Amino acid sequence: MDTHSTPAQAPHADGSHADDAHAGHDHPTWKTYVKVGVILTLITIAEVWAYYIPSFVASRAFVPSLLIMSAVKFVTVVMFYMHLKYDHKIFRVLFVGPVLIASLTLISLMFLFGHLGIRL
Amino acid sequence: MSATAHYTSTGLDNRKIAVWAFIGSECMLFVSLISTYLIYKGRSVVGPYPHEPWTNPANGEKLPAILNIPITSASTFVLLMSSLAMVMALAAVQNKNVPKHTRGDRIIGSSKLWLWMTALLGTIFLGFQAYEFTSFVHEGLTIRTNLFGSSFFTLTGFHGAHVTAGVLWLLTLLAIDYRRGLGPKDALNVDIAALYWHFVDVIWIVIFTLVYLIQ
Repeated sequence: MDTHSTPAQAPHADGSHADDAHAGHDHPTWKTYVKVGVILTLITIAEVWAYYIPSFVASRAFVPSLLIMSAVKFVTVVMFYMHLKYDHKIFRVLFVGPVLIASLTLISLMFLFGHLGIRL
Repeated sequence: MSATAHYTSTGLDNRKIAVWAFIGSECMLFVSLISTYLIYKGRSVVGPYPHEPWTNPANGEKLPAILNIPITSASTFVLLMSSLAMVMALAAVQNKNVPKHTRGDRIIGSSKLWLWMTALLGTIFLGFQAYEFTSFVHEGLTIRTNLFGSSFFTLTGFHGAHVTAGVLWLLTLLAIDYRRGLGPKDALNVDIAALYWHFVDVIWIVIFTLVYLIQ
């Protein structure tokens, strides 16, 4: 890892120096971006489709399947469009850390206010 | 901008580290708003309700659930496509110096086109939100009506404000692009704007599922 480069060196778009040690993080091409866009659209269509099937809405699988589809979309955007898959680990820590804390807070509040429960 | 960039001991530009830290803190903000919405969900004493029909106490009229899923699905699609346009804009700026031989190459490599597209799609999303808010008010739901109204308008209003800030940011990038052209040396600046825009998108992905689809 370069620790003493001058600002005159050309930076990468990921904010690192040109001679940074984390090589192999080339961003995807526009074709990959379009494919990701198609996948996101298809998942959104599946989500809305599920919403309009009354028997599925009434089933136990409805909420978990929507949450999973939403999580897949979330991770896809973060990994490919926000380039977290290709960027430096520090960015991953800076994002995943707060997201984990926020998620745990959300789940804790749901338990605290009785929206979630565990039957013993 | 690279001539004025400040690098940390990690070799990374401190602006990019800062924007990721900012995005992390924004996640906390939005989760607090989403938590509030979910805690209050189903606890409104009077209608309108998000997913259940309700009776207007003023005239006894029976009214359907207030959320308009087809409209919101369309606005969700628009915001997703704006993220695609944003990432295309970043790729165009990064590859500005790559020779473009065909018309297709020139379209894909036009940062102005993709920045315009992103700003336009963001504005369309805001238009959908303005329509939704206006129709809700006409149907009797304001921020003071019930717990659903308070938490819903606060959450989606905050998100809309973030989208508005993003559109303004994109317009400033467009102004720079028209004035002197955006090139690879500006890639980091565009990347930072793109990160913010995608963050606004991922937050909407969560809101769309938790607020609109889960009943």
